[in-house]
Amino acid sequence: MSLVLEQVSRTFGGKQVIRNVSLTAEPGEIIGLLGTSGCGKSTLLRAISGLDTEYSGTVSINGDTAKQVHKATGFIFQEPRLLPWLTVLENVRFGLEGKKEDKNAIARKYLKSVGLAESEALYPRELSGGMAQRVAIARALVTSPEILLLDEPFSALDAFTKMQLQDLLLEVWKEFRTTIVLVTHDIDEALYLCDRVLMLRGAPGEISRELAVNQQGPRLRGSEELTKAKAEILADLKLVVN
Amino acid sequence: MTKYQSEAAPIFEASKQRKPKQLTQSAKAKPKNLRLFLIGSILPILLIATWEMLSRVGVFPAYQLPAPSTVVSTITGMAIDGSLWGHIGITVYRVFLGFVFGTAAAVVLGSLVGFYANAERLFDPLIQAFRSIPSLAWVPLFILWMGIGEPAKITMIAVGVFFPVYLNIVSGISNVDRKLIEVGKMYGLNTWQLIRRIILPASLPSFLVGLRSGLGLGWMFVVAAELMGASQGLGYLLVVGQNTLSPEIILASIILFAVIGKLSDWMLKRIEIKALHWQDRAVKS
Repeated sequence: MSLVLEQVSRTFGGKQVIRNVSLTAEPGEIIGLLGTSGCGKSTLLRAISGLDTEYSGTVSINGDTAKQVHKATGFIFQEPRLLPWLTVLENVRFGLEGKKEDKNAIARKYLKSVGLAESEALYPRELSGGMAQRVAIARALVTSPEILLLDEPFSALDAFTKMQLQDLLLEVWKEFRTTIVLVTHDIDEALYLCDRVLMLRGAPGEISRELAVNQQGPRLRGSEELTKAKAEILADLKLVVN
Repeated sequence: MTKYQSEAAPIFEASKQRKPKQLTQSAKAKPKNLRLFLIGSILPILLIATWEMLSRVGVFPAYQLPAPSTVVSTITGMAIDGSLWGHIGITVYRVFLGFVFGTAAAVVLGSLVGFYANAERLFDPLIQAFRSIPSLAWVPLFILWMGIGEPAKITMIAVGVFFPVYLNIVSGISNVDRKLIEVGKMYGLNTWQLIRRIILPASLPSFLVGLRSGLGLGWMFVVAAELMGASQGLGYLLVVGQNTLSPEIILASIILFAVIGKLSDWMLKRIEIKALHWQDRAVKS
């Protein structure tokens, strides 16, 4: 697995949104792209995913620099984006190919790992927001992507569901060791989940700072280290006057 | 997307609570439906009873507004001598064929225009221009071209059916959520797979709405088609009633149109409910 970005820029109608972003992801690393709204975080993620192909610079996934959606990547959107005419199980197996029984077996395995084994026959309209996002996570994992791209995946959820799903994401990561790029505007979320936080700032957005979170293992929400790091980030964003 | 918004409810409770709730709902549904039906019947029954009474007393002259019982006996009379079935049969046959041809043309053109921007540029302005012509205005031209035989009638009905179906297909396809298409793209689906697995199911609701309004227009146009010259059919009965000064035949025909039209709409509605059971809708009637 390798993910390397070199000098990625993107212009919308003459206005540059991101400028010269370069980064290299280590296998199994969780990278956070943190920034205020409008700094180009999501634009950058869409360039990595290949959903957007109008960027300049190169995105290399396992050495492949073609500007297209790559099989090795999975995407979890801000909204669950489930197909409303399919059941939970059918949604999860949507990206799979092959015989139906095999697809179902794989889909059930991932549904179980997101804690929804019993809900496979429900339709999206019958799910709560948290359940729907769990299904979306299972759907993204089902093709065993080597790189998982997440675009503010928990921002529309209430605080409790959000924490549950953050822990779920960490469990999933422990099991599959996927490389993760997480776009977020939530400093706590970035510090809780990520090994490395890249801060995007300005218009056009550039990486203004890189912050390694060295703490291993289960981190404590609100621990002293994380609080300190948060204060640093806030100072950096000039949101708090020291 | 509001339906995805979270409630702070615990994750599993929602699914567990749902089943018993639905059971009680469906158990209650029948008496409730019956009551609604009874309430809805009060006014029509009163109206018919008053009408019958006033007709018998002679307030309404029979040559203008015959009693409901006279209308019913006209219908049963035609049913017994067998002529009723011929009239109903030929009218249903015309609507059915017109509906099939109109829908087929709408599916082909609508899909082309919906999927291909070039086809839209080519066809849509013309179709929109034709749409602004009231379809009944074609009648003289069709008679001139095809005479007053079956082809002219069925063509007219097909023209009436075409527009609502076409418009709904085009808007259904072009309103498919771009976000869902992106989901398909993330799994590397090609254009044909995107159409089959995302665009078609997503535009199905709109297509079905188009079918229902198309069928409604089909019934409207069969009346026009049969008024302009026919030897059989419910619309022909209207003409007969007018020419023989028998309002009971006109009323019988109107009632038959209402019943059969409603029946065909109900069948489409059943199909719609079956096909769209996944939709988040409160209205089920």
